[in-house]
Amino acid sequence: MRKTIAISSGAMALCLLVTPALAEPDEDQLVINGDLEMITEADAPDHLEYISTIYSGWRFRTDDTQAFQMDDFDNPAMLTVDKAADAYSTVEGDAGESCASCHGDVESFAGLGATMPKVDEETGKLVVMEDLINECRTERMQADAWTWSGQDMQGMVAHIGLQSRGMPVNVAIDGPAEPFWQQGKDMYYTRFGQLELSCANCHEDNYGNMIRADHLSQGQTNGFPVYRLKQAKLISRHNRFRGCIRDTRAETFAEGSDEFRALELYVQSRGNGLSVETPAVRQ
Amino acid sequence: MAEGVKPRVKVPKTASAGEAVTIKTLISHQMESGQRKDGDGNVIPRSIINRFVVDFNGQNVIDVTLEPAISTNPYFEFEAIVPESGEFTFTWYDDDGSVYEDKQTVDVS
Repeated sequence: MRKTIAISSGAMALCLLVTPALAEPDEDQLVINGDLEMITEADAPDHLEYISTIYSGWRFRTDDTQAFQMDDFDNPAMLTVDKAADAYSTVEGDAGESCASCHGDVESFAGLGATMPKVDEETGKLVVMEDLINECRTERMQADAWTWSGQDMQGMVAHIGLQSRGMPVNVAIDGPAEPFWQQGKDMYYTRFGQLELSCANCHEDNYGNMIRADHLSQGQTNGFPVYRLKQAKLISRHNRFRGCIRDTRAETFAEGSDEFRALELYVQSRGNGLSVETPAVRQ
Repeated sequence: MAEGVKPRVKVPKTASAGEAVTIKTLISHQMESGQRKDGDGNVIPRSIINRFVVDFNGQNVIDVTLEPAISTNPYFEFEAIVPESGEFTFTWYDDDGSVYEDKQTVDVS
């Protein structure tokens, strides 16, 4: 009898030790360069049925990784962004134009990153930032298109997105965007692959828990393109989607496919209310 | 010839006399070690930053010898005591003979 009590209290002590560890996002405050306060926790947008509070992925990372993003000097993504700033004003292509020839100062893009993706009024198609950049390059500059996840492309996406840093994500999900948003939502809740996992299984049902060595976040995209320490470069949203679906042992969709555009709109809309963190730093 | 080299430094604009201030420096540089080979099997020649010097009002603060094992974009962070207002000069020496410089002033109140 005595032994049983000892064992059960031992087991209880073990439970107490194990369960609270890393079960939640931490309480840290993200302030960039000492003065730019970011919203990393907000009430969930109305369309979310199963989550009441949304958290930036930053809140799920270790203190060391978090520190990289708190000072632009320490943020390794800024090296790529600096190169993109040079490319922004460099003339390329047969038309003899640079980004700056039409758009002027890059600050004119303030706010755009917070509202992408959106539906193009003329074509009725859902477009993401990469589409806008490549359209300008091929149509207006008559230069070669950039590859989706290349560092030229993602550097420019981050450079333009940086102009909206600190603004709340606010993508439209009604009107012409509604069918794309619904398509993305259906994908989010569809189980893929041999492991039969949907996005929601990890990022909605189990955020805050550990999946082996990884502390699961809500899978918010408000910081993309992010600098991933694992790959030591800027990672696009579609690259990350691809990685997740691959990890379910499924055939993935291609970067730049219409499926991923729709998923990008839906996942971004789950972060409506969080600050744009582009370019963020993650594990 | 190294390409895309750009020095960056971060120094507080103001300090109090005798305060130890934190200085961060980074230079974007590929730091080619001279150990690697290209697709055809030819050795890619060494091309690194081999020396980094920081002075304050003419007085040396640090003087670092860099070796080929140091990775791309070498980053140095250190503390320096500033006794008076003055100017930090940062100098990087490249294998190809290029010298990159940056200057930052600190006001001591």
